Amino acid sequence: MYFNAKNLTGGYGEVKVIEDCNFNVNRGEIVSILGPNGAGKSSAMKAILGMLKLDSGKVILDGTDISNFNTQDRIKLGISFVPQVNNIFSELTVKENLEMGAFTSSDNIEDKIEEMYDLFPAIKEKNQQFAGELSGGQRQQVAIARALMNNPSILMLDEPTAGVSPVVMQEIFEHIIRIKEKNIAILMVEQNASQALKISDRGYILVTGQNTYQGTGDDLLNDQEIRKTFLGG
Amino acid sequence: MDFINAIILLSNFVIVPSITYGSQLALGAIGVTLIYGVLRFANFAYGDLMAFGTMCVILFTWLFKSLGISLGILPTALLALPLGIILTIGVSLFFDRTVFKYYRNKKSSPVTFIVVSLGIMFVLNAVVRIIIGPNDIVFMDGSRFIISAVDFKETTGLLEGLTIKSTQVITLITTSITCFVLFNFLNKTKTGKSMRAYSNNEDLALLSGIDPNKIILITWIIVSILATIGGTLYGLDKSFKPFTYFNNLLPIFAATIVGGIGNPLGAFYGGFVIAFSEIALTYAYKKFIFYLLPFSSDSTNLIQYISTDYKFAISFAILVVVLIFRPQGIFKGKVI
Repeated sequence: MYFNAKNLTGGYGEVKVIEDCNFNVNRGEIVSILGPNGAGKSSAMKAILGMLKLDSGKVILDGTDISNFNTQDRIKLGISFVPQVNNIFSELTVKENLEMGAFTSSDNIEDKIEEMYDLFPAIKEKNQQFAGELSGGQRQQVAIARALMNNPSILMLDEPTAGVSPVVMQEIFEHIIRIKEKNIAILMVEQNASQALKISDRGYILVTGQNTYQGTGDDLLNDQEIRKTFLGG
Repeated sequence: MDFINAIILLSNFVIVPSITYGSQLALGAIGVTLIYGVLRFANFAYGDLMAFGTMCVILFTWLFKSLGISLGILPTALLALPLGIILTIGVSLFFDRTVFKYYRNKKSSPVTFIVVSLGIMFVLNAVVRIIIGPNDIVFMDGSRFIISAVDFKETTGLLEGLTIKSTQVITLITTSITCFVLFNFLNKTKTGKSMRAYSNNEDLALLSGIDPNKIILITWIIVSILATIGGTLYGLDKSFKPFTYFNNLLPIFAATIVGGIGNPLGAFYGGFVIAFSEIALTYAYKKFIFYLLPFSSDSTNLIQYISTDYKFAISFAILVVVLIFRPQGIFKGKVI
């Protein structure tokens, strides 16, 4: 596997938010982390990014143990993260948002920006507008485009479809599939579980901080018990 | 003719002084707003940082004068300005490394930072007084007037003479250049954009790989440059007295909040709003009205809204009104 998170256990002081969690992702694969509110999905993301103190467990990227790296170093290695809220620079223009995404890269930024405009045509014509003035769906596209600017090998998305209409949700999922085709590993936390599983290669279901179920998207979708408990019938 | 006289009178005592004072406040307010945007606290030591910077410039001015170096018709202080800036950057970075950094690492609340900056204010306050003394110092040299009242009256034959002091023109030119460079830096360069990005969304800036230590370093450097330039221009235009600089903190804060805290362009305009309000409301309009009225009046009323002694009350009133009715400021800033 290209990316492994092994036996992650951690939390805030005595309270363990995640216990013994395992996640694997390969390049060109979409993996969803699902589960009820408070199950520790976002904390698992934070742990992978080095923003949550781990008591035990390892994070391995392409064979390198990065468990002791700080967040900034992990980002430089090619892990990009789109937070659920405040995921754009609202007071910067769309183009500036993209430029900030490529802050650490020394490649030709202009080419990369053009590539993003091809991927997200809707934001191209708004490139001189402040990102805060865009609609919810467009903001989300800016957020994802920003994260893609530094050529990540793994893209992590925290509830990319939270608070958007079903139409926009479909649009965002379509974008995510297109990103996957660029041979990027995608790890996402989702509320819209059944929709997310439809586009996912695999999924993990987290309950009270532990991996309870895992399997391919179809397996999880077809499992009667999981359907009843987590996917609403 | 009377109408022109009235306009010249107003330019002389309200418009030109407001533009000058407004520029000086604007430089101060941009500094305060940048610190708020990046370091997230209101820096009460800012007035005294301006005093410290000006003091350095004065000391170098004296040194140059004793060596017989001058700029001719321009004040020697302009030559001393870069050296003063370097020392001020030094003192800012010293306090950042020794004091603010400690509280940053502890992730202290903004209130703690404000109290800490108050402490630094007292230290700087004392340092300036020990080194240069608490008295008024005039360090302006070179030619005093661009247009003097007497010349103006002779050339135009008008009753009112327009006076434009060279310090006023220097203030305007220096402020224009400084702001032009600053706004270009913030809007066009990668570092400037990353500063705005960090100010706008700290967490996402970290996730984009922006180094907070570098941003903080650059902010202190810019802020020190602005404080020294603003303080020196104010001192050249009026005079240098440490207490006045401490006092100026109020109009500077008012300008920052009027413009929307954290918004540099807002702070720029805020400086002029405060300056115009202070000067326009404390000016005695008797003579101005006298020129405009078709008949002469012997009224003893000065037609002055508020005595000049209450100049600061105006800043304070504007501050309170803005905080109650539009806490985000005229230009959208952060709500505190």
